[in-house]
Amino acid sequence: MAEFVMPSLGADMTAGTLAKWRVAPGDTVSQGDIVAEVETDKGLIEVEVFEGGVVERLLVREGEKVPVGTPLAEIGEGESASVPASASASVPASVPVSVPASVPASMPVSAPAPGSIISAGASDVGLDGPMASPAVRRRAHELDVSLEGVRGSGAHGRITLDDVQGAVPAASGDRVRISPYARRIAMERGVDILRVHGTGPGGAIQAGDVLSAKAPAASKPVSPAERMQRAIAAAMTRANDEIPHYYVEHTIDMGNALRWLRETNAALGVSERLVSGVLVLRAVARALRKHEKLNATWQGGEAVPSEEVHVGLAVSLRGGGLVAPALRNTDQGSLSDLMGRMTDLVSRARAGGLRSSEMTSATITLTSLGERGVESVTPIIFPPQVAIVGCGATVERPWVVGGQVVPRPVMRVTLGGDHRVSNGHLGARFLSALDRLLQEPEKL
Amino acid sequence: MTSDEIRPILLRCLFDVAPDIADEEVEDDADLRDELDLDSMDILRWVQGIHKELGVEIPEEDYGKIATLGDAIDYVTARVERD
Repeated sequence: MAEFVMPSLGADMTAGTLAKWRVAPGDTVSQGDIVAEVETDKGLIEVEVFEGGVVERLLVREGEKVPVGTPLAEIGEGESASVPASASASVPASVPVSVPASVPASMPVSAPAPGSIISAGASDVGLDGPMASPAVRRRAHELDVSLEGVRGSGAHGRITLDDVQGAVPAASGDRVRISPYARRIAMERGVDILRVHGTGPGGAIQAGDVLSAKAPAASKPVSPAERMQRAIAAAMTRANDEIPHYYVEHTIDMGNALRWLRETNAALGVSERLVSGVLVLRAVARALRKHEKLNATWQGGEAVPSEEVHVGLAVSLRGGGLVAPALRNTDQGSLSDLMGRMTDLVSRARAGGLRSSEMTSATITLTSLGERGVESVTPIIFPPQVAIVGCGATVERPWVVGGQVVPRPVMRVTLGGDHRVSNGHLGARFLSALDRLLQEPEKL
Repeated sequence: MTSDEIRPILLRCLFDVAPDIADEEVEDDADLRDELDLDSMDILRWVQGIHKELGVEIPEEDYGKIATLGDAIDYVTARVERD
């Protein structure tokens, strides 16, 4: 059985609120299906599942805020999907937060698997000490929980995985022990229980703890836009602290590209028109194919190249804020297809409805402030990416063509690179490649 | 169609493109790019919405003539009468 966990949807995301379940126990899901909506500092994100199967149980209730990595649901092969759909609304306000108290007497048997897969043998009962399966014992060991002190809720007092999860001391992990009354007060008052120090038995949070935590929180409420700005600031601070940036700039004659665009759009119906941004987007993706060192993410102290090009598109939100969802496989498909996908992505970025895969898969970011007349942008790299491209406005400037000074529409493009991965020389070559690609827009 | 009939249609198309300004009072003389923060993709989607609703196809070279809601109402009204 696989655990579907709260994903990290940004470099500085530590927790998310399960806003809505899109599935119920018993539902069959396939890889890529949207199963939940999660509220983050970057807005409401539709979360996809990366493993198919049958939703066995929902472990977190709607409205609940849990740390990244917290199991949200169990997805198995359907053997124990006997919990009725209505159970999602009746997950009891139990201890711990993320695990319901209604534990089935046995867990389905499944093959051991790495990572977040948890398996449990139904028939293995320990001969020494409390009754528990090997999987339960292994989990207890992982969580540093002594089975001696755990009361089993399974058949004949058998200890289940949930019993082990429930026995995790609050201070030692992500799960929080809290009384139902304290939880209700916390929800009513908007208190983040992850930030409350519990003074009850085993560190459990009691009503008094929530009430005392409320006092400092009673100050000015933080709006979603402010939360998003703080998240952006945190990510950019981290980027500035950790990434040794370098910048190279190049001015590109956009005359050919704009002429081709004008002629192409004149021949197209209004619903098929392209914008110049899609040419730049495609050209960036194609230039990355020539300089793949820039198409990577920084993981565990080294750059990990990406086989696919997913350009993140910086989208400003009119109410304030900024998101940079990925346009996957940006180098592939027709320009018309890319235009359609870009329109859809930007619309969803502004209206809500971005997907988790779009929030986490960008391999580079493209930001443009040219629409607002800015001539050049010096952008900050979004971790864990290792490069970013900034475009200014396309403006008429005197330009030398064939020995003559003529007015030409030009655009200044800046590449911000990570010195741990590349140098200015590579960045300059990337921008030259971008220039050449934009001189032949018909090939994009 | 009169300009009074066209105005709510253009506004509806605008709010489809930018639902985040649906609660705002859009003045007829407000610049769509500078004051309402629409970009070229928003303008294109608006033009596409107008075409879908009213059958009026606005060529790219005329985008300068629909810089404000009022301009667009005048432009579309004239095109509806002409066509």
